[in-house]
Amino acid sequence: MPVSASDPYDLAVIGAGSAGLAGAVTAAGLGLSVALLDAAPQTGGQFYRHPARAIGAARPEALHHDWAAFAALRRRLERSDVRHLPGHHVWAVTQEDGEQWAVHAVTGADGTAERSVRVRARTVLLATGAYERQLPFPGWTVPGVVGAGGAQAMLKSGLVLPGKRIVVAGSGPLLLAVASSLAVAGARVPAVIEASGYLGYARHPRALAAHPHKLVEAAVHGAALLRHRVRLCTRSAVTEVHGTERVAAVTVTRLDRDWRPVRGTGRRIDCDALAVGHGLVPQIELATALGCATRRTTDGTLALTLDALQETSVRGLWAAGETGGVGGTQLALAEGELAGLAAAARLHGHPVHEGRLRALRRRRDRMRAFAEAMAVSHAPAAGWTDWLTDDTEVCRCEEVTAGTIRAAVSGLGAHDARTVKLLTRAGMGWCQGRMCGTATACLAAGEGAAEPPAAHRPVEPPAERRPLAVPVPLSALAASPDEPAGGRPDTAPADGD
Amino acid sequence: MARTPAELAGANSGAPFEITMDGRPVPALPGQSVAAALWSAGILAWRTTRTTGRPRGAFCGIGQCYDCLATINGEPNRRACLVPARPGDAITTQEGHGHARIGV
Repeated sequence: MPVSASDPYDLAVIGAGSAGLAGAVTAAGLGLSVALLDAAPQTGGQFYRHPARAIGAARPEALHHDWAAFAALRRRLERSDVRHLPGHHVWAVTQEDGEQWAVHAVTGADGTAERSVRVRARTVLLATGAYERQLPFPGWTVPGVVGAGGAQAMLKSGLVLPGKRIVVAGSGPLLLAVASSLAVAGARVPAVIEASGYLGYARHPRALAAHPHKLVEAAVHGAALLRHRVRLCTRSAVTEVHGTERVAAVTVTRLDRDWRPVRGTGRRIDCDALAVGHGLVPQIELATALGCATRRTTDGTLALTLDALQETSVRGLWAAGETGGVGGTQLALAEGELAGLAAAARLHGHPVHEGRLRALRRRRDRMRAFAEAMAVSHAPAAGWTDWLTDDTEVCRCEEVTAGTIRAAVSGLGAHDARTVKLLTRAGMGWCQGRMCGTATACLAAGEGAAEPPAAHRPVEPPAERRPLAVPVPLSALAASPDEPAGGRPDTAPADGD
Repeated sequence: MARTPAELAGANSGAPFEITMDGRPVPALPGQSVAAALWSAGILAWRTTRTTGRPRGAFCGIGQCYDCLATINGEPNRRACLVPARPGDAITTQEGHGHARIGV
């Protein structure tokens, strides 16, 4: 325990989801002083998102898988010395004096409290998770079209549904989980529309055989879908949403192997909401701002390059969970623990728990292999841009259409997302390209480029470098030098120490 | 089989309280976000876009997309999916960048 309030923490963990929680309690258990910062009011991240205590949910586990794992982590956190800082939106991590980090955050439910906080630490664990990858289509801005993960997030935290009859569409294994939780919570789900097939998994029999729990999970979702009479349509996509003030119906079209819509196959499904998503994108801007090395994952997104013990290419900065490539909660738990062990070993100056390290590394490597096999099976193929009309909005914030972007590419010679952004404002709005980055990069690279896109060419990542990870009020920036350092002013005393 | 998410999760909060959406009363449960309260009242849009004036509401549900911006108690550009609803909150449709009335 540091003796003075001005001492830095041994470890600052950013993100209180599966990876961050596992890292924080592991490190604290080995004697490190730990600060755990998270934007949300409570721990759990997106996977274990749950209602605020005031809602009085007697059975939060009814909307979750493996709630017991989270409940155990939460108990360990409560018994530990970890300083949990909820409602902290981290906008930058900087290095001070070479050996020390400063984590900068603004506070409040949505970061508008205009209080600037700086937490100092000797090491940092980045466990910021992921957000949803979106591919636009005509009508995707109509109210009632929501992210698939978004629908699940609102259900898990607010116990609400976007409609009564909800089509689920996009690609990736998350869709089955979303459809089954919406159906179990009382929505009618006429269909799950998956752009890929599931045959891709068959090409990775070894990865599948090594993960019986994934097969069990699939069986659980499959059974729920059968019970609720949800149809699964593979190699299909929602290519149009009908309705102006809100969703009235969607058109579902068959796709060829390259995700090109097959003409004349469109059929209409009546619904009052659409939950849509095409996988997840690692949220890594805090690390890329520091120059951390990245790698292209099998589905074309960008993830952090990590060493055998989860350290990024920048010494003293670890990462775990989706930041190293999307792989789910089990992988996040293993990686968080590994990072916690590694940070403790570094600070203690000697290796700890050799046996545990080896076991965790083996588990992590197996689960990473499975995640990458799964990702490649659902990676967007280049033909998806054929379902865009010229007046389809691509950038939701700046209302930039596909036609405007195509004109910038074919008429003005923009061949990359950055140039398109400068010429059209796509990606310059509030979300800073988080929603349109993938689509904009695809349009920039795929049209007017020297070489036509190859089938199944992975999509380009969104513009991943953002100097500020979240919006910061100027008043908070101006105030920050006068703010006291984070320190440990009101840490609870340790039990029994 | 549960008929509503609240029944499924065994929600047993205190009495719902009231917020307003453009003056219309909307019930909210303690602990719900503004966006969740609006969704449960069947309201999916509470903003119009700057350029084409189209309706928008919550999309990503986790604070990343900024589609759910609302004017809450006169303050524009609040992310309704993150801000907890409080008794008496007055939500008003945010038009454009939301600064029309304050002349910025």
